[in-house]
Amino acid sequence: MWRNTRSGWGLVSIALHWLSALAIVGLFALGWWMTDLGYYDEWYNLAPWWHRSVGVLLLVATLLRVIWRLMLPAPVARGPRLERIAAHIGHIGLYVLMLVALVSGYLISTADGRGIDVFGWFQAPAFISDLPNQATLAGTIHWYSALALIILAGGHTLAALKHHLVDRNDVLLRMIDPTRSRRG
Amino acid sequence: MFKKTVIAATLAVASVPLTQAQAADYTIDTEGQHAFVQFKISHLGYSYILGSFENFSGDFSYDPEDLDATSVNVEVDVASLNSNHAERDKHILSDDFLDAGEYPTATFASTGFESNGDDEGVLTGDLTLHGETVEIEMPVTLVGEGEDPWGGYRAGFEGSTMLTLADFGIDMGDFPEMMHELELYVTFEGVRQ
Ligand code: HEM
Ligand code: HEM
Repeated sequence: MWRNTRSGWGLVSIALHWLSALAIVGLFALGWWMTDLGYYDEWYNLAPWWHRSVGVLLLVATLLRVIWRLMLPAPVARGPRLERIAAHIGHIGLYVLMLVALVSGYLISTADGRGIDVFGWFQAPAFISDLPNQATLAGTIHWYSALALIILAGGHTLAALKHHLVDRNDVLLRMIDPTRSRRG
Repeated sequence: MFKKTVIAATLAVASVPLTQAQAADYTIDTEGQHAFVQFKISHLGYSYILGSFENFSGDFSYDPEDLDATSVNVEVDVASLNSNHAERDKHILSDDFLDAGEYPTATFASTGFESNGDDEGVLTGDLTLHGETVEIEMPVTLVGEGEDPWGGYRAGFEGSTMLTLADFGIDMGDFPEMMHELELYVTFEGVRQ
């Protein structure tokens, strides 16, 4: 139920997958919108505060997600060999782009050694700061990695729908229903 | 005899600029960083944002006996801007303002100097920022000069001037009137070469 098995995803992975997907789409839209706000807009300071707060929580969740994923088995891949390889590479790409987008965002905000306020609950400490031109370089990486992530996730979504609608296999259902991890 | 005269004359001519150069040429002490390029701009009319450019280099000629020959050249690495807030630095360096990616260096090259006596004067020169070159005037003061404790000779100045950002193609239209210009403050010590 909680843990992943060869036959399905456990609740932890399912919850992390869908919360992350929601957060990423939300962060992308928010990031896009907030960088065009005028100085006198009410959201000028508030929107980045939400973006950073959600972002830091997602960064922590993603690190745990990767550890959890490496500790447990994963459901067996479906489909022909080439599709399985493509899916495997695509999933690694998604993890890498998530981490690059998250870490580069973190590096923008911590470039001068200041921590990040997360919803007023706590401060995420700054580990790496004062690299040459850090905020600007991290910002460039942040934008391109976020864009690539959204595009790849779009392809990933189409692939998931293909499994469900065309191949009619259980790939999408096992990412929704945690009880499938109990079947042998 | 003729040969000797030619050699002597050549030597004399060659040594003139040399001795003059020795009397007047200074390198701005960025190595020991006794040099600052700072700006001050209003924030909404309620306070000021202060910032500085950390990396730059330059030299100047200064000879108290020949003030008309005073000249200064400074080259600033725009991306080294620091206003004590990383996200603001990033924003100032973005194409909304300085566009440091496109215009990585700012330069100042003096074109003239008018002494007012009393260790003061007005420096005229071309300031290139954001790809735009504008002639500016900057009142400057000799702060002091003399031997330093490490066997060198130093002269130090300060100067400041107001810059209108629109002159440099930087659009401040979204900001209130008092943020449309800023004060540029420069102070440095030169080590005589
Ligand atoms: C996967 C997660 C994330 C996505 C998809 C995302 C997406 C974006 C996007 C699309 C932008 C607009 C970029 C631009 O127009 O230049 C942006 C800006 C920004 N993001 Fe993120 N972001 C994520 C995570 C984070 C995190 C974890 C932080 C910090 C803790 C962060 C901090 C920022 C900041 C400070 C900006 C504004 C940069 C600027 O001033 O131009 N982001 N983000
Ligand atoms: C930003 C959005 C998304 C991201 C970053 C994302 C990321 C991921 C990652 C990294 C995996 C790999 C799991 C692993 O093997 O470790 C995965 C699996 C999966 N995702 Fe997504 N995903 C997103 C959106 C979606 C959407 C919208 C759908 C469905 C419409 C979806 C359906 C699936 C399915 C069915 C799996 C399981 C694949 C399998 O069991 O082999 N994902 N996702």
